[in-house]
Amino acid sequence: MTKITIGQHYPTDSIIHHLDARVKLIGTIMYIVFLLFVNHYAGYGVAALFLTGIIALSKIPPRLIFRGLRMIVFILIFAAGINLFFTAGETVLFHFAFIRITLEGIMMASHMAMRLILLVMGSSILTLTTSPIQLTDGIESLLNPLKPIKVPAHDIAMLMTIALRYIPALAEEMEKIMKAQKARGADFDTGGLIKRIRSMLPILVPLFVSAFKRADELATAMEARCYRGDINRTKMKAMKMTRTEFIGMGVMICFGGLIFLTRLL
Amino acid sequence: MKAQTNRLNPQPNEGAEETSPYIIELRQISHIYNEDSVFEKRAIDNVSLKIKAGEMVALIGHTGSGKSTLIQHLNALLKPSSGMVLINGKDIHTDKAKLKSIRQRVGLVFQYPEHQLFEAEVFKDVAFGPNQMGLTEEEVNTRVKSALEVVGLDESCYHKSPFELSGGQKRRAAIAGVLAMRPEILILDEPTAGLDPRGRDEILSQIKHMHTKLGLTIILVSHSMDDAARLTDRILVMNKGCIICDGTPIEVFAQGEMLKNIGLDVPQISSLMTCLHEKNSNLPTGIFSVEAAADAIMKLVRP
Ligand SMILES: Nc1ncnc2c1ncn2[C@@H]1O[C@H](COP(=O)(O)OP(=O)(O)O)[C@@H](O)[C@H]1O
Ligand SMILES: [Mg+2]
Repeated sequence: MTKITIGQHYPTDSIIHHLDARVKLIGTIMYIVFLLFVNHYAGYGVAALFLTGIIALSKIPPRLIFRGLRMIVFILIFAAGINLFFTAGETVLFHFAFIRITLEGIMMASHMAMRLILLVMGSSILTLTTSPIQLTDGIESLLNPLKPIKVPAHDIAMLMTIALRYIPALAEEMEKIMKAQKARGADFDTGGLIKRIRSMLPILVPLFVSAFKRADELATAMEARCYRGDINRTKMKAMKMTRTEFIGMGVMICFGGLIFLTRLL
Repeated sequence: MKAQTNRLNPQPNEGAEETSPYIIELRQISHIYNEDSVFEKRAIDNVSLKIKAGEMVALIGHTGSGKSTLIQHLNALLKPSSGMVLINGKDIHTDKAKLKSIRQRVGLVFQYPEHQLFEAEVFKDVAFGPNQMGLTEEEVNTRVKSALEVVGLDESCYHKSPFELSGGQKRRAAIAGVLAMRPEILILDEPTAGLDPRGRDEILSQIKHMHTKLGLTIILVSHSMDDAARLTDRILVMNKGCIICDGTPIEVFAQGEMLKNIGLDVPQISSLMTCLHEKNSNLPTGIFSVEAAADAIMKLVRP
């Protein structure tokens, strides 16, 4: 295992984990769309309460969800800053030289910040509770209706699955090659830009060689096992819409209704 | 190859600074991968070890016992979670700038080293290490040529692409890449893995040669007891991150039951000789190669 974990899946046993990936995908998209419609603080309150409920149900340690926020701290500060300083508004609260802070600016900035925070936290629940494989299965099944217009749903899903499967393997391989070259005196940490780029060569060449070899071997192995895409293929874990799934969709719709109600305030 | 039952007298390596009687010393090192995470794994558990200059040691253990992790500490590719690594009596982690010189003095050949070849020509690839050391071109060329000679690759291979070579040749080219840095200590991680019997014998005899002719201190990592017993006079047995046994092949193989429990086997010929010894006590035990066994039996049949 390397430091790179893709999809940051956090496996435990919870209702949200067991929920069909399609429902979670659609639910996440609905959640994001509803968030965009919020125009009143009460709406953010509703969304935050809803999110808290989901997090509690998912049994995910909240610190993992907050960790996702660390990555967007800069975007957050930047976006909030732009809104704070450049929103044209009437009620000037503070004016010094070219800096002009208005009430409207503060409102915009806080709206923006809350929207981003809720967005990132909400969508990280999807990746935390759903394994990459379930996720691609879900995407495939959602794309399936588009097959008549030549959307290669199965191939897209297969590509994603394989890529996800091999990223950790390649990362591991890269670590090994780096160590081997370091043992031969390679130096990746000093020198100017050109020298550093050049010093990547002893890593990249073996890495590409091994990636192509792997890909070739995988293709042969798949062909040897009669892989023909999704023709006549069945799933070991068929996706089923059960009562939980319908309840899940119902909850999402109620959430949307509440959000629209807050617009009337 | 001849059986070696007597212990070689360790000879100090010429040119090595004599500040400590041991060229390698590990003091209670532990290594924990991914500390403080779900994937936490204690790969090395409180290992202490001393190796004299000029020794040839085999490090044996089942897959996952921590062999590769242990040897990466010897050239500072990994830093122990706790404990100290001394080369020639000096702690290798005190001075960051010296890492390069440590890696030159402690040559480490990784498992499947042919996977690290990247240059268009064998000669250039082998020259990578010496070039990084900042030697003159002339010196680099001499070193590359002599390294390729030691591993038995002749001039016809110099300007071939590494990818044109056979599996055994590729591996030898990669070993030459480390040898060309002229290390005092050579560590080889499973140098025979995945080779056919002939490639295996060639590499093993070249390693033996590096020890006897070049006077290198050698650590041979393997999970084959046969290789270890035939080549070395000291065997370290690892299990679950600990060195549980350290002695001559005879001493180690005397604990056949324990070895079996940790998934290792004494060489087949040795167990055969033990069986025969029970029938006829004139037959010696402590034999690790078919040739030596044949000799012993012939001696008994036709004295
Ligand atoms: N880079 C790494 N990250 C995490 N765990 C590792 C890493 N390398 C090895 N391990 C673990 O450490 C243990 C010892 O591995 P290793 O030193 O490769 O054993 P050996 O070489 O004897 O087969 C194994 O359980 C392995 O899974
Ligand atoms: Mg290993």
